[in-house]
Amino acid sequence: MSTTVATSPSLDAPTGNLTVNDLSVYYGGKKALGPVNMNIPGKQVTALIGPSGCGKSTFLRSLNRMNELIPGCRVEGSVKLDDEPVYGPAVDAVAVRRRIGMVFQKSNPFPKSIFDNVAYGLRIGGMNGRSELGGRVETALRHAALWDEVKDRLDESALGLSGGQQQRLCIARALAVEPDVILMDEPASALDPIATAHIEELIHELAQRYTVVIVTHNMQQAARVSHHTAFFYMGDLIEFDRTPVIFTKPSQSKTEDYITGRFG
Amino acid sequence: MFAREHTDREYEHELHQLREQLLVMGSHVETIIGDSIKALIDRDTPLAERTIAGDRIVDQMEVDLDGLSLQILARRQPVASDLRFITLVLKVVTDLERIADLGVNVCERVLELNAEPQLKPYVDLPRMGREVQDMLREVLDAFVAKDAERARAIIKRDTVVDALYAQVFRELLTFMMENAHNVYRATRLQSIAKYLERMADHTTNLAEMVIFMVDGRDVRHPSAREAPATRKDTN
Amino acid sequence: MNRPALRAARRPRLGDAALWLATGLATLLVLAVLVVILVDVIRHGTPRLTLGFLTQAPKDGMMAGGIFPAIFGTVALVLLMTLAALPAGVATAIYLHEYADPTALPTRLVRIAVNNLAGVPSIVFGLFGLGFFVQFAGGTIDKLFFGGEKFYGQPALVWAALTMAILTLPVVIVATEEALSAVPSDVRMASAALGATKFQTITRVVLPQAVPGILTGGILAVSRGAGEVAPLLFTGAAYFLPKLPHTLHDQFMQLGYHVYVLATQSPDVDATRPLLYATVLVLLALTFALNASAVFVRSRMRKRIASRA
Repeated sequence: MSTTVATSPSLDAPTGNLTVNDLSVYYGGKKALGPVNMNIPGKQVTALIGPSGCGKSTFLRSLNRMNELIPGCRVEGSVKLDDEPVYGPAVDAVAVRRRIGMVFQKSNPFPKSIFDNVAYGLRIGGMNGRSELGGRVETALRHAALWDEVKDRLDESALGLSGGQQQRLCIARALAVEPDVILMDEPASALDPIATAHIEELIHELAQRYTVVIVTHNMQQAARVSHHTAFFYMGDLIEFDRTPVIFTKPSQSKTEDYITGRFG
Repeated sequence: MFAREHTDREYEHELHQLREQLLVMGSHVETIIGDSIKALIDRDTPLAERTIAGDRIVDQMEVDLDGLSLQILARRQPVASDLRFITLVLKVVTDLERIADLGVNVCERVLELNAEPQLKPYVDLPRMGREVQDMLREVLDAFVAKDAERARAIIKRDTVVDALYAQVFRELLTFMMENAHNVYRATRLQSIAKYLERMADHTTNLAEMVIFMVDGRDVRHPSAREAPATRKDTN
Repeated sequence: MNRPALRAARRPRLGDAALWLATGLATLLVLAVLVVILVDVIRHGTPRLTLGFLTQAPKDGMMAGGIFPAIFGTVALVLLMTLAALPAGVATAIYLHEYADPTALPTRLVRIAVNNLAGVPSIVFGLFGLGFFVQFAGGTIDKLFFGGEKFYGQPALVWAALTMAILTLPVVIVATEEALSAVPSDVRMASAALGATKFQTITRVVLPQAVPGILTGGILAVSRGAGEVAPLLFTGAAYFLPKLPHTLHDQFMQLGYHVYVLATQSPDVDATRPLLYATVLVLLALTFALNASAVFVRSRMRKRIASRA
């Protein structure tokens, strides 16, 4: 497979940069992705677009080693969070996932209370006092734009929330452990337009504090929400550039064909 | 391999329609330029009147094309080359309509001139007219062929038209200084020359837009972009 | 294809009616059987069902008195059996489902073993219990700790309980595995993505959600334990005991076994028939009560999980 065309943005100052070098992913011996070279800038939103099966979700999962939960999956190459390697025999996948969090396509709150959901990540990290937990839970819920709606019912079940609220709860849950990076796998695809708009607004605000990488099959969403866009096709990174450039004057004809709907 | 046509056939058809209508409008405007010069040379009053009436069609086409473009923008959220194409259409239509109006202005002056005997044999004005007509045809061809090089060539030809205008203007000035009776006809002819020169400018705009559509580079107003804005005292 | 007029669709279709009739009749038949059994038992059993019956020991060679020792013995047996079977079964299921590689040969062998264990006839369990627990294990314990005196090397409560535990183990394992499978993978992924170790995910997310299903396994085990008789024949049930069992190596009376005894060993069949019916009624009632209470607990847990802190 070919190497990439990356007109990568520079990586100085903000932290939370992800550096990907020669990343390849194999499922059961068959190469599904790569090699990919990419510099994801910190404290900005990067969108990954491409048709189904192009490898964007595989790439996303490689960033926080969630691919290791799939039997038969092998990863080559390296990913670095600022200067720290994400892969390697000395690196604990569990610790990686506390620094690089993930929100999924279909919201998946635990069948526990709202409070317990958000506090889960903190509790497994060893934090215990109710007051200390309470502070972090409130902060996370505020950052997820959900605090006002749930502050009076923190002890009620999370399953009683609407779809959009549940997704924001999952975001709050991921934010509570204060990661550096938030990965989102089609976070709004199961939501109605208004809830989607809330999530997009939220993503905008999250980028002030976190690096956000979002997979989306909705190109208009990628155009609205991201600072940089990466286009994947058949397991390769085809183009990576600032979003306005990708959507007005992409340099690769494959990118142009995909975003204008000229796919065969 | 990718297909170069949109997967959505209706979308492809809409874009095709837009292009076709634009070309039709362009050829109408071409005709208006040609007819207005012919009416001048042949002192053909009915032709001038018909041409003025024909402007209505062009106005209608402007409205139609704007409407179709807006519709596509709203429904299709075009990006990249499609987006550049649609925005180009919106601007081109305006310029074409202006050129047609200038053609009408020429015909109005012709009507005035035909009420008096011809001042002098017309040499440079027909040359200007032919040059402008040719430039417009070239721009439309460059648009169809997506040929930025041809578009760039048109921009160079604008200097020819400007030179012709200067020449006409000097010549008419001498006629006016010679004899006060010439002033009425000379000023009309000078207006016609001005209109033709402005047609050429509009056509140059069209050429710049074609370059943008094809290359994605905005080549307009190069002087404004090279020098950062330094306010000069206008006094 | 011609389009049928809408009105024509209102005619009831023959196939639908026939199926409805057949399934309805089958249901009625099943219900009827249950009703006949219940009515017969209740009619004949209630006269003898007094408080004394429930709290006294049998007298006069089973022709009078009560069945309290049998009730006590059944409850004790069931408790011990559950105590032995649930932890072992749940642990096995957790290992099989969460840790073992499903394609590896040892895993598949274990599963085959579990499935086959479920199909073994219960009398065979009784023989196994006799040979392994009573004679081998019990005999060894006696030799090592009691200098050969017979304490554990004979039918005893503990051996009966262990035998029953093995019998119900497959049920517990399968029910627990089902419950673990029913926990959707997306909450497991969510837990992993938050930086939880496998242990934390299992204990904090999977097990709490699987508890209703595990309780189901417990219920099914309990039901079998209250009703099975064959495994107890050689491993601990007794026909008549003057005292209640108070150590693990005592024998015990059991309701199901008592029914068998009353029906076949009685000197005077007509005199004991009322007691027989009453005992059957108590056994049925006990089984129903155990099931009902466990179902109640399970549904309460489900509601709490769905809407709780």
